[in-house]
Formats: sequence, structure tokens, C-alpha cells
Amino acid sequence: MDQPRGRAFYLLAAVFALYVVFLYGPTLTILALSFQGPSGGLTFPMNGLSTHWFAKLWEGVGVVDIWAALRRSLALGLVVMALTVGIAFYAGLAFRKGFWGAGLVFALAVSSLIVPSIVVSLGIGLEFRLLDDAIKALAAATGWGFLQDHGTLMGLYTSALGAHLTWTLPFGLLIMFAVFNRFDPAYEEAARDLGASGPQTLRHVVVPILVPALVGVALFGFTLSFDELARTSQAIGGRNTLPLELQGLTTTVTTPEIYALGTVTTAVSGLVIGTALGLTLWLQKRRARRALAGL
Amino acid sequence: MSGLTFPLPPVGRGRGGGGADGTAPLDPDPPPPPAPPHKEEESRVAPFRPRRSLAYLQAAPLALVFLIFLVIPLVLTGIVSLWEYNEYAIIPALTLQNYADLFDGCLSADLCTTLRTYLSTVKFVVLTLAITLPLGFAIAYFLAFHIRSGTVRMGLFLLCTIPFWTSNVIRMISWIPLLGRNGLINDTLRALGLIRQPIEGLLYSDFAVVLAFVHLDTVFMIVPIFNSLARIDRRLIEAARDAGASGAQILWNVILPLTKPGIAIGTIFVTTLVMGDFVTVGVMGGQQIASVGKVIQVQMAYLQFPAAAANAMVLLAAVLLMILGLTRMIDLRREL
Repeated sequence: MDQPRGRAFYLLAAVFALYVVFLYGPTLTILALSFQGPSGGLTFPMNGLSTHWFAKLWEGVGVVDIWAALRRSLALGLVVMALTVGIAFYAGLAFRKGFWGAGLVFALAVSSLIVPSIVVSLGIGLEFRLLDDAIKALAAATGWGFLQDHGTLMGLYTSALGAHLTWTLPFGLLIMFAVFNRFDPAYEEAARDLGASGPQTLRHVVVPILVPALVGVALFGFTLSFDELARTSQAIGGRNTLPLELQGLTTTVTTPEIYALGTVTTAVSGLVIGTALGLTLWLQKRRARRALAGL
Repeated sequence: MSGLTFPLPPVGRGRGGGGADGTAPLDPDPPPPPAPPHKEEESRVAPFRPRRSLAYLQAAPLALVFLIFLVIPLVLTGIVSLWEYNEYAIIPALTLQNYADLFDGCLSADLCTTLRTYLSTVKFVVLTLAITLPLGFAIAYFLAFHIRSGTVRMGLFLLCTIPFWTSNVIRMISWIPLLGRNGLINDTLRALGLIRQPIEGLLYSDFAVVLAFVHLDTVFMIVPIFNSLARIDRRLIEAARDAGASGAQILWNVILPLTKPGIAIGTIFVTTLVMGDFVTVGVMGGQQIASVGKVIQVQMAYLQFPAAAANAMVLLAAVLLMILGLTRMIDLRREL
């Protein structure tokens, strides 16, 4: 492999460079255009440099309460993140031990990735509508007071949360598989030989070793939820998440305000990605340092 | 019990160790079974025998989520697709009318709407695959075979995956300032004197839709193909070279066959993403282009649930058939 760089290298390097430009170029364009001057439009040239459109955005976009949507998306993202990390971690442990039906559960996880999002979303939407109908029928039949003004079970932390989990959990699970596959059981055996109980081994040996991977699962959990659109679309009640509002705005907003919103959203994602990657690097460095100190 | 140990696909490789390299969805190589507890070991450390019952408890939340939010919804969709409906309500009475409506007139000479919509969607699948597959392969190949430093490789790999964690809608609208009537591309071409009138139909067209698909989905090709490439034993390539194979022959006869699983996984991902899409086609097509997903979305908006459910079942069947076709071409089950 240590031959001099051939023609193929430079050709492929050019393809790669062009791809990266293609990947990041457009987003960088709207980041720049969101600082458009007050008289500027959706395209270049920039008419001055200002934070005018961010100020406009701060006041709100038409009838849509964009900040409430952002808060909802952030909150849901955090809940999805926590659940994804917890559920995927324990499922990873279970798969490692092996259990009856493991193959089936794995097949479900893969299906969850492969079934088109609109189908999953529609299914969850139908499920909750039928559930509402059933509750209303029950209320009518029994006359139970607490059921009488039942609205809908569909909502951010019910149907939408479930829809997001069908998307984030398979990724979380696959990451757990990857890390458990290169996890050396000798560490656990050593802990047990030293008298640690099961929970102690988990808490003081397994989790600390897996922390970087868990940060990765958290990253997937939050970002995939924060930007999720297709699976949420039919599985949410009246109050939309940010991506849904954003999709609606693409047809109605004709000012750089939408770019400003794009900049804000991308900044949130960027902050989360940066934190996750930084944390992983820091954890690895610290571990390397401690390993050296231990010698 | 060890016969039940599950062939877990190891994802990502030893590099970097961060969760980030776990982006690789499925791994091709038949992995070693994930170290089932050995019999002798079990007896040796008898008090610490792994408790199976605990495994059920640990896997239960995952299984429950998929049961409640995947299995039951799909079953209900199937049932509701067989129900009647009117303008006000859905009626739990068995009928095949929804499917009949769906394929109404499909046997006549000019195609029915459903078939035309599917053809249009399949066209997007084919075009997107035709671009993302070679592009994804080239990039994955470059990273796996031409980058010598592991750290640099990891960095460049991350560079390709970071946009995956940002908003798709934002990434779509970010094409407006480039493709628009007075966008950067038209302006540049005019400034260069190559065109007089701005090219219409850069934005809100089939072209824009495919461009956005390539923009959003190439990463789903890069990651599994990269994963396959990275696992190829380099000695095989040296052996081929020693036996006198040319670079092209090595690529075609050694590398490509070993990369098939990655290619298959990437193709499956891109196919299902494009087949079920309604957001990209909506935003990039200016809400003017039909797609199967969009039909379903519109029917849901008009509360025609049984019709939407029938459409969803047909879409699911179509996607599963396509995946089946792909897995027949490549023996994926053995690889997983």
C-alpha cells in the first residue's frame, strides 16, 4: 500500500472534495444569506449585513408560534435521547446474553428502518385514532365521568414519541451491537473474581468502558428526533414539532426569515454534534492518560 | 441455548471507538458469535451464571416499543385498508373496494393514476440509485483504500456523516439560493455569457428532486459500502496483483464481489427512502410532483383513512418486493 500516489488517488480525491463542497455548500449559502440586509431577498447578492431577519424571527413568523415548536422539538428530542440510550443499552446487554426470540426482535428492529416512514406514521396515526374511538365508545357506554371529555391520546409524548423511537432505536441498537462485539468479557470476569456483584460490575466496569458509545447513541437519539419529519407527520396531534412547521413554512415564507430559522436549527444540531464529538474525544484522551498513569 | 446466540452484525470497526463510527448500519461479514458463555466457564464461575430471565427483562422495553409502534400499527393498517368509509367516518365492514379503487382502470390502455404515480416514484428510485451508488462507492473506496492514516480516515468519514444529523428540510431549502430563477447558478451562467435567459426548472422540477435525493441519501451508500471495503483482507488484493491482475481486474473481480453486501444494504436504504418519500418530492417539486407517499399524505389530510391504508399496504408490498429482489441477487441472509 505504500506506493506513490497514482492518478486514481488524485481523481478520487477530486471527487471527494467536490462531494464535500456539494454536501456543505448549500447549507453554508443559507447560513450566509440569513445575515442578509433588511432589503435583501432569498438569493444573492447580499444587500448589506445585518441580523434583521433574526430579529424578525424573534418576533414570530406569521400565525405560527415557531418558538413553541422549537421548545417542543427540544424537549421531545431530549426525552427520545434518554429513552434511546436506556432502552438500546439494556437491549444490547440482553442480546449479548442471548434470549429466546432474539432473532425476531432483531428482525423487527431492521424492519423498523426499512418500512417507509409514511407507512409507520400512518399506522401509528390510525392506531391512536381507533384507540380514541374506543375510549369514546366506552365513555358513552358506561357514562364514567372521567372519560367523558376525552380528547385524544395522540400527542407529543405518546404517538410522536413512539414514532421517533421506531427510528432512533434501530440505530442505537446497531451501535450497541458494534461496541459489545469488541467488548472484552475479561473485564467483567475480573470484576466478578474480585467479588463485584452484577449491578456493581455493570455500574463500575461496563458502563464506564461504554461511555463513548453511549454518547454516540445519545447523539443519534437527539439529532434524529430533533429533525424527524416523515414519521411524525401523521402521528402527532394539533401541536407540531419544528420540522413540521418548517416544512409548512417552505411554501409560505418568501423572505430570508426562513434562512434565519435554518441557521438557528442548524446551530442547535451543530451544538449537539460538537458536544457529542468533543465529549467522546475528551473521554478517550482522559482514558489514555489514566491508563498511562496506571502504569 | 448457545444455538440461539444471535449473529449480531458488528458495526463500525475498532477505529476511534466513538459512537460516531457506529453510523454503519449493518455489517456484512459473518461475525464470530458474540462469545456465548462457555460451558466450563459457567461451571467454574457458577454463582455468576448469566441470568437468562434478566435478559428478557432487559430486552422487553425494546420489544414493547416495536410491538406498540410498529407491529400493531401495521396490522391495524392492514385491517383498516379493508374497511368502508364515507365522508364522515370509517365503517368497520369488510370490503375490497379500497383496493379496487386504487387499481381502477389499470388494465386499460392508458395507465391509471396509481400506476403512473408508482412509475414516477420508481423513476426517482432508479435515477437516485444510478447516481448515489457509483458516487457512494467512489467515496467509500477513496476513504478505505487511499487514505493511509486512520485518524484522517475517521475525520473524513465524519465529514461525510455530520450532515446526516442536521435537518433535511433545511438542507432542501438551502438549494433555493443556488437553483432559483435568480440563483447563483443562473447568475453565474449569465455572467459567463453562456445563457441569455435564466434556465427555468432548475428548482421545483424532477431535476431538483433527484438532486436533493442525492444530497440527502448518498451517506446511506457511503457508510455500508465503506464498512464492507474496510473489512476486505488486503492480502487478497496483493495476491491478485501478484497473480498479474490489472487494477481494473482487481476492482471488478476481487473488490466489487466482496463489497456486494454493503452495496445491497445501501441500495435497500436508498430504495425505501425514495419510495416512501413525500417531503423531498413536495419541497423540491414545489408541491407539483406526484409520489406515492404524497398520495397517502393527501388522503390522510382528507380523513380517507381506509384509502390511505390500502395505499400504504400496496406501497409496503412494493418496497418489500424490491428488497426481496435485491436480496435474491445477493445472498444477504448469509451475510447478516
